[in-house]
Amino acid sequence: MFQSRFLRNLRLGLENVLLHKLRSLLTMLGIVFGVGSVIAMLSVGEGASRQAMDQISRLGSHNIIISSEKPLADKSASASGRKRSLLYGLTYADHHRIRETFDTVKTTVPAKILRKEASVGPRRTDVRLVGTTAAWFELVERDVVAGRTLMPEDVTECNAVAVVTEAVAHKLLAVEHVLGQSLRVGSDVFEVVGVVRNRGGEGTSIQSPDRTSDIYIPLPVARERYGDTEVRIASGSYSREDVQLHQIIVRIDSLKHVEPTAEAIERMFQSSHKTKDYQFHVPLALLRQAQATKRTFNIVLGSIACISLIVGGIGIMNIMLASVTERTREIGVRRALGAKKRQIVHQFLVETVVLSTSGGIIGVALGLLIPVAITYLTQMPTQVTSWSVGLSLFISIAIGITFGIYPAVRAANLDPIEALRHE
Amino acid sequence: MQNRPNSSSAPVIRLSGITKTYQMGSTEVRALAEVSLTVARGDFWAVMGPSGSGKSTLLNLLGCLDRPTSGNYELAGQDVSNMSDDALSDVRLRYLGFIFQSFNLLPQLSVLRNIALPLYYQGWSSDRSRERAHELANRVGLESRMHHRPTELSGGQRQRVAIARALANDPAVILADEPTGNLDSRTGTEIMNMLSELHAQGKTIIMVTHEADIATHANKQLHMRDGRIASAGEIA
Ligand SMILES: Nc1ncnc2c1ncn2[C@@H]1O[C@H](COP(=O)(O)OP(=O)(O)OP(=O)(O)O)[C@@H](O)[C@H]1O
Ligand SMILES: [Mg+2]
Repeated sequence: MFQSRFLRNLRLGLENVLLHKLRSLLTMLGIVFGVGSVIAMLSVGEGASRQAMDQISRLGSHNIIISSEKPLADKSASASGRKRSLLYGLTYADHHRIRETFDTVKTTVPAKILRKEASVGPRRTDVRLVGTTAAWFELVERDVVAGRTLMPEDVTECNAVAVVTEAVAHKLLAVEHVLGQSLRVGSDVFEVVGVVRNRGGEGTSIQSPDRTSDIYIPLPVARERYGDTEVRIASGSYSREDVQLHQIIVRIDSLKHVEPTAEAIERMFQSSHKTKDYQFHVPLALLRQAQATKRTFNIVLGSIACISLIVGGIGIMNIMLASVTERTREIGVRRALGAKKRQIVHQFLVETVVLSTSGGIIGVALGLLIPVAITYLTQMPTQVTSWSVGLSLFISIAIGITFGIYPAVRAANLDPIEALRHE
Repeated sequence: MQNRPNSSSAPVIRLSGITKTYQMGSTEVRALAEVSLTVARGDFWAVMGPSGSGKSTLLNLLGCLDRPTSGNYELAGQDVSNMSDDALSDVRLRYLGFIFQSFNLLPQLSVLRNIALPLYYQGWSSDRSRERAHELANRVGLESRMHHRPTELSGGQRQRVAIARALANDPAVILADEPTGNLDSRTGTEIMNMLSELHAQGKTIIMVTHEADIATHANKQLHMRDGRIASAGEIA
């Protein structure tokens, strides 16, 4: 019986809402925009954070990236233009030690990175020459467009082979005919054996280990041909740098070991390196940070949304109070016919909830449309989450109840005699 | 309900020493003073008296819309003088029917649903109550207007809807406060004929009126003056 009474009150509420369509719509407007903007704002936030997370996870959440870095104190010294030779950075020994010391380390990839000019016939371009091992392609995942990636044999047999990125292939060769071509770097010649896809990761704050214009060759080949010394002559200054490895990527066996292992390696480095000539990047930590940022973002948005929904709720309460006054006589009649106070409360409460929920539903529709429009107009990624829809619907119902109670109780507490006399 | 007397002379209402005072700032207004009255089942009372003599106050008390300041009120065998608000609502729902001077129909509901309103609060299913409302609409001659809104009806038709609504719960007592006050004399007579007919069918009716010729439809008259009963009894 309660159920049928509820349904009838629901019907009555709907009828009353439809009776004054314009007024109901205006009343709901606060909720409509509140809910609409909550969903839309959250979708923009979610879209942005998904993009960030995607970039971070592309770095590999299981990875630790250690890079060589010129020690701070010497940067100023070299800037003064003094002729000097500088020895710093990661060493083959570091790589070996990481590999041997930690059980949690699954794979390691050493990389030697050099700025060179590459050419095929008359065409030439600046590239980043990466001397590395076959495992690079496991840790920095990229699709293979043509041919193959570096193989363990290439490394052990010191094959003069190169894998290039799509961008390099485009600049130097026609992509289809690239395999088997001879690629010249300085006086050295490499056979192109594969092309890997570029992925947009540049121009963002989070740097992936690979770049647009990369050429990958076996590490021993790079070491043999180019040595560990790089000489730079720029505007009259001369600098000589001895760097064995520019980067070591370490893959850890499970997520929960990533951060402890990173700390352990860092401790090891602190005792074996005299200066801080290295830099740690832990994508997982960045991921954590991004998630924390997202939480903050959601809290800020949530507060704004709450305020707008409360304003919407006050709007509804206002109209319901006016409606109670307007319908004083109806309340008197219902009471005279035998309606109990709580039945009057129920009636008005259901009506308010119908109003706020309708507003919520229209708001959801709006909230689904706005992100589509945003993505269409600005190419910004948006992502509507189902929980934001559920939450805002729940909130609009809760608002109906919260802001409906006072008018409903006021209606029920009217003196029936006075109510019947009301003009 | 077992207590409801079945002999036509058994009292359905018994008021003894009812006093109602209103506090108006520092002064006290005594709207009813020591009113005692017995209404037998099947009686049709006309309550008369000058303006401000307490007629409406009496009717509101009889209708359980208000509680007396002191005194006892027994309705259909139950003492209702000190009942809770919920209990009084229940008494109104089961034993009383109201007819108002200004009809008091709900403008947003159809004639049929206005008539069915008390049945809704009695928890009837919508099918059953629609059927009953149909019956009642026929009984007051509104079969062709059942789906109209009250605003589309004449005053006389509206009052007939109100009568049908008052009959919906088959009340022990029908209370009417100047039911013809907003009607011209011809429609007023029509409505009075309808009430007389109900009286003839055995309904107990208590009606407030200003007009002597309207009062002649009743079989008993009560005259009030300054919150007291000046005279009460059968029409000579
Ligand atoms: N709510 C109230 N507060 C204060 N005084 C009231 C209230 N209701 C009625 N009274 C007073 O009680 C007295 C009786 O009022 P009541 O309405 O019963 O008169 P009535 O006989 O119905 O008059 P009328 O013929 O004009 O309708 C009047 O003096 C009135 O001013
Ligand atoms: Mg009166």
